[in-house]
Amino acid sequence: MDRQQALALYRQMLLIRRFEERCAQLYVEGKIGGFLHLYIGQEAVGVGAISQMRADDYLIAYYRDHGYALARGADPRLLLAELCGKVTGISRGKGGSMHFYDVPKGNFGGDGIVGGHLPLAAGIGYGIRLRGTDQVCLCFFGDGAVNEGAFHEALNVSALWDLPVVYIIENNRYGMGTSIDRASSVKDLYQRASAYGVPRRDVNGMDMLAVRNVMAEAVERARKEKRPTLIEAETYRYRGHSMSDPGKYRTKEEVEQMMKSDPILLWGKRLMEQERFTQAELDVLDKEVLAQMDDAVAFVEQSPDPPAESLFEDVYVRSPYIHQKAEKDPAWRAAIREDRMPPELSPWTPPAAEPAEAAAPAENAAEPAPAGSGGGGKAS
Amino acid sequence: MALLTMREALNQALREEMARDASVFILGEEVGAYQGAYKVTQGLLAQFGEWRVRDTPIAEEAIAGVAVGAAFIGLRPIAEMMTFNFSLLALDMIVNHAAKYRYMSGGQIRCPMVMRGPSGAATQVAAQHSQAFESWYTYIPGLVVVMPSTPKDAKGLLKSAIRDDNPVIFMENEILYNLKGEVPEEEFHIPLGLADVKREGGDVTIVAWSRSAVTSLTAAKTLAENGIEAEVVDPRTLRPLDEDTIFDSVRKTGRCVVVEEGWRYAGFGAEIADRVQRECFDSLDAPVVRVTSADVPMPYAKTLEKAYLPQPERIVDAVHQVLYR
Repeated sequence: MDRQQALALYRQMLLIRRFEERCAQLYVEGKIGGFLHLYIGQEAVGVGAISQMRADDYLIAYYRDHGYALARGADPRLLLAELCGKVTGISRGKGGSMHFYDVPKGNFGGDGIVGGHLPLAAGIGYGIRLRGTDQVCLCFFGDGAVNEGAFHEALNVSALWDLPVVYIIENNRYGMGTSIDRASSVKDLYQRASAYGVPRRDVNGMDMLAVRNVMAEAVERARKEKRPTLIEAETYRYRGHSMSDPGKYRTKEEVEQMMKSDPILLWGKRLMEQERFTQAELDVLDKEVLAQMDDAVAFVEQSPDPPAESLFEDVYVRSPYIHQKAEKDPAWRAAIREDRMPPELSPWTPPAAEPAEAAAPAENAAEPAPAGSGGGGKAS
Repeated sequence: MALLTMREALNQALREEMARDASVFILGEEVGAYQGAYKVTQGLLAQFGEWRVRDTPIAEEAIAGVAVGAAFIGLRPIAEMMTFNFSLLALDMIVNHAAKYRYMSGGQIRCPMVMRGPSGAATQVAAQHSQAFESWYTYIPGLVVVMPSTPKDAKGLLKSAIRDDNPVIFMENEILYNLKGEVPEEEFHIPLGLADVKREGGDVTIVAWSRSAVTSLTAAKTLAENGIEAEVVDPRTLRPLDEDTIFDSVRKTGRCVVVEEGWRYAGFGAEIADRVQRECFDSLDAPVVRVTSADVPMPYAKTLEKAYLPQPERIVDAVHQVLYR
């Protein structure tokens, strides 16, 4: 990993953090409805894992899904519009927080049923094998999902048929309000893979570099050997399960203790110590990300609500194999032949920085990169 | 025309579509080496190999889920349920995933899969193996539900179901697997969402599908001996429903009996009765009458099983009821 890539991954984590903070604010203001599960504290897992994906790889995830979409390059404007129920949203206002899909980027997004998308990940893996390509599917889920039957069925067939799927448990210690101690007979969740002969790894999910390294190995195994891996990333969510959860099942001390190993602080420290970035440079990045959030909010404010007729759209695909006599069904009548992919927006550019602030990165960029400052990251 | 059993007709449809399109594959319990629990997939493994005819563990959620996931990236999977009784273990994959992702993604995703297998009662296999579940699947927007009653319909509709880009629930019937009928020898398919009048008649309309359509045709013969000409309409596809063909018949006869193997409570026949009373109110000379299975779990004993299912005699009685004679 080179210096600029290290910085780009820092920016991704920061973008997720600021995005989630803005979501919390908009939720309180009543602009976002329904369930809102924030990814704050877990950023290193999604960013580290997705950084090892190739452009034509797939991912499928659970409902705490904002981080994956952002890390995979979805436009935050479309995501925020989705959260606010606008027609410009990435899912045209039909999905909301739990259902961010971005198919052009191979993102089959957020599933609202705990463990429900694991057999689908196996299916994507099966499809890859049948087509004979060397693509890989990443599948993210929480610690709660390992107690669902779907987890076991998916792992068994993935091992049985040699499917190129990397299963990633984001163990944030609580399935809603129930701690893993009260939910799982085995405390080391990754050990469950041994029941199916699936290679397994445990990793500190607060350390982005560590996540990148285990993912490099797992993705390679999937791509070359067509074998699945189960990874347990030990992480922590700072907020409640969703916005309506005050988190009374855990102590303030526990949360504060975990926040000391914050993944963004940790990576920022590394950037400064090993990559010779300055705090001022990181601060500029933060301002830039905050400005991007303001821009996203402005985009949402200009966005219309979905038109009433869209209610019946997107249920069926119009097909020559269904007779026109069936058209009394409004959902069928509104069916379209083509798929609707997220709109392409002109790329967001940061506003011009103040002269004093602009000086810092320019000066620093002139310096030669220190030798051996690769940060120990494996090349992707 | 060739005289084929429904089993052979289904096998032909699978074989032809798999040969036509390399993205079609089938997976399920005993579909390969065993040649199919009901022999519908006989010979396919030898012709297409294990990646396209995949024997699975007894894990219905995985069978359906793998089909859904593969469909998302453009394959055309056919998930066989040994019987639809076991599909309850896969219901989350169908209801929450196959039927929902297109809508939840604002139209980005399509799920061109088929889930097929026998539904309804067999012979003396008792309560857990004899259920008719079409009402469960027709309830779900996003699904297409197909239930053929003849070998020709089975072949033509299955070919359409495989080619269609929507998730299709294709319910066969174990009792009908040996039913013989004429099937065109040339390439053909039958569009989904199109009903078929199986028998013409001017006195009463009987709406029935799958095995109940066969039972209704038997009842119609008995009625004809007594001078009553029944028109038997088979919707063939329950969702989306070709209601116009049903309405046209009811407007002609003025009387309607709906026959189904499912239970009376919230059964799909109630949906048809509702639409008929609303759209054909001025034409009806009697209330719509439904003939269903008894509202109990299926018993084992032969005599009780007979009493449970819609028999031709009960359909004849229902017709007399709507004719007031």
